[in-house]
Amino acid sequence: MALLQISEPGKSLAPHQRRIAVGIDLGTTNSLVAIVRDALPKVLSDAQGRELLPSVVRYLPNGRTQAGFEALESLVIDPKNTIVSVKRYMGRGVQDVEHIESAPYDFVDQPGMLKLRTVAGDKSPIEVSAEILARLRQLAEDSVAEDIVGAVITVPAYFDDAQRQATKDAAKLADIEVLRLLNEPTAAAIAYGLDNASEGIYAVYDLGGGTFDISILKMSKGVFEVLSTGGDSALGGDDFDHRLYCWVIEQAKLAPLSIHDHRTLLLACKHAKELLSHNPLARVHETLADGTVVNVGVSQAQLFEITQNLVTKTLTACKKALRDAGLKADDVKGVVMVGGSTRIPSVQRAVGELFGTQPLNNLNPDQVVALGAAMQADLLAGNQSKDDEWLLLDVIPLSLGIEMMGGLVEKIIPRNTPIPVARAQEFTTFKDGQTALAIQVVQGERELAQDCRSLGKFELRGIPGMAAGAARIRVTFQVDADGLLSVSAVEQGSGVQASIDIKPSYGLTDSEITRMLQDGFASAKEDLLARSLREEQVNAQRLLDAVQTALASDRALLSKEEQATIDQEMIVLQKILNEETNSEVLRKAVDHAAKASDDFAQMRMNASIQKALSGKNVAEI
Amino acid sequence: MANPSASDDYFRFFGLNQQFKIDLPALDQAYLAIQKEVHPDRHARGSDTEKRLAMQMATLANTALQTLKNPVQRGLYICQLHGVDAKLETNTAMPAAFLMKQMEWRESLDEQAEDLQALEKLMDEVKASKQDTLTEIAQAIDGAKNYQRAAEHLRGLLFIDKFALELDDAIVALA
Repeated sequence: MALLQISEPGKSLAPHQRRIAVGIDLGTTNSLVAIVRDALPKVLSDAQGRELLPSVVRYLPNGRTQAGFEALESLVIDPKNTIVSVKRYMGRGVQDVEHIESAPYDFVDQPGMLKLRTVAGDKSPIEVSAEILARLRQLAEDSVAEDIVGAVITVPAYFDDAQRQATKDAAKLADIEVLRLLNEPTAAAIAYGLDNASEGIYAVYDLGGGTFDISILKMSKGVFEVLSTGGDSALGGDDFDHRLYCWVIEQAKLAPLSIHDHRTLLLACKHAKELLSHNPLARVHETLADGTVVNVGVSQAQLFEITQNLVTKTLTACKKALRDAGLKADDVKGVVMVGGSTRIPSVQRAVGELFGTQPLNNLNPDQVVALGAAMQADLLAGNQSKDDEWLLLDVIPLSLGIEMMGGLVEKIIPRNTPIPVARAQEFTTFKDGQTALAIQVVQGERELAQDCRSLGKFELRGIPGMAAGAARIRVTFQVDADGLLSVSAVEQGSGVQASIDIKPSYGLTDSEITRMLQDGFASAKEDLLARSLREEQVNAQRLLDAVQTALASDRALLSKEEQATIDQEMIVLQKILNEETNSEVLRKAVDHAAKASDDFAQMRMNASIQKALSGKNVAEI
Repeated sequence: MANPSASDDYFRFFGLNQQFKIDLPALDQAYLAIQKEVHPDRHARGSDTEKRLAMQMATLANTALQTLKNPVQRGLYICQLHGVDAKLETNTAMPAAFLMKQMEWRESLDEQAEDLQALEKLMDEVKASKQDTLTEIAQAIDGAKNYQRAAEHLRGLLFIDKFALELDDAIVALA
């Protein structure tokens, strides 16, 4: 691992201050957590030495929850309360999920995101995911002595805003500070690229349990640049299992099955599929509840035939991503294979044929995403020396647009635009004295708004009353480095900042998150007051650390008076942090101290750009 | 000299001379040098203000790069800096010869929609025409400093790009 000789933390940071941040792969079937230790990324294992945590949560009548292996054991005996593949429901309504009728759960259909009815009440997919994240956090806390400052959590590149926001909300519920949402194929590219010192155009083909991503990247020393991305956030190994299951039912001429028999047979099909990755033949052999024996043989060739159109779907997405990047298949130097489902021989063959190259399988496809996430987390935590730092440039996977008259979509930010990105659009009023305006924001590639995903309705209020068409409201759509959208608006003529009321179609409002916490989220050990105090303490410490680091390197940018002011503010904040137990008082102190250092932050940013462009540095890149 | 506050001039932002024939490797280098400083990943543990500034500057760097990298966008941007609005939405008046050629291309595309070789030949012609137009624009902007004339050619280039996209769709459908 030549490129991974990560030096000791920078001079301003003593070794004992090394900050631990974890990488989390929150998968459809399994989840993992990894950290960088002694310059090497490593997946953490539980007391039994197991690295993969099954993404399964079981709700019990006594209010307790189980997650992971413990929950997995109840899959067949308690199917309604044992939730698997919850990632498929993140940010989704009942009408959005394919084959939802074959899932054994009682879904609660409601505007926005669906819920699952369990013995412990209705659960949002966010709450279920938070249970898995909380277990991973616990595993990490048990494994390292230091405090964990945050996490990089991976999401499928093709996840839309609603799915990303849901993931971030789940982390918030599980009390995890998200340093970044990182696209899974990009995480894999980091792990692979740094490990192999790769340079050139690479593709990452990521077929997981429930999602498919293809990303085309340009790798060069110290820079990972995503050129295009594509995929299907509802296509994965689960679908291969489902196809085989339907085929077996047909072969064995079975009548519709009970929930228990369904789970039993589906599991048997999954095992048969996995066996076929290494053997030419497998057998689905199960006894159903009524004594019926199912015994069906299946060959690799048969599995290939019944799942062929799933593989073709992934190849179509690959071709589209290549075209978006302005490249041809033979421009691609290598294809990194990620996700357990890439073990299927027909997938390997098809990908090899499309790109005209042997797929790269030298990293464990189950681990590579978590390892890359851990490396990125270590970078974000500030543990890499300046010379070893790498730059990651990612893109927005799906176009953002707004609904116009007649239900047509006007694209504001096209897919594959590098993030962060912002675009402004002007709107006007169509009635005299109109003071409010509603904008429907959608995400997707279709021309009609109804065929795209609605992200929310943004209601602008407080527009000064004017004649129709006189107001010019400039609305700015900002997508941050996590791929998440925020909207702001201002009336151009008067400069009045229109307030924005967001009615999210899928996300949670802050009050909903608070309610979920109050409802006694299983892993929340402390009450809300203690939690909010701790959050403010973390904020205060972060500001103190940030300013200290800034002063250490750029004190010279400030006048003596400015230095004295900031030093004094920080001493005051430190004192309040040490003594204060009221979170509101602490929050105000943080705000006050932050204001005093705002100009300094601006000066440093400007100075860093000046420095970046001074001849010497440019030549060194 | 670089000027971070020069969000009103993307050339100055990257420390480049304002010209249509841009030094693309130098643009990419300046972009990466700036992103290495301002990208939000560099400020993940910073104060809220630092994070916000990082997002704003990285956003600006991305917008500036996208504008300067694409020839049509770059040309339109230079014209705009010199007070010439190409009025893409309203002004569709084009020279007769240009319109004739556009019609010819369209007819070729319609008549030979199933003939891959013919379409690829047409693509070569379109690409050559695009190259000629780029030369004209460079001449108008960097040489004559005639931004009105550049704007006319830019409108033409927009037509050519749009047609090339349709043609590419047809070629992809056959391939």
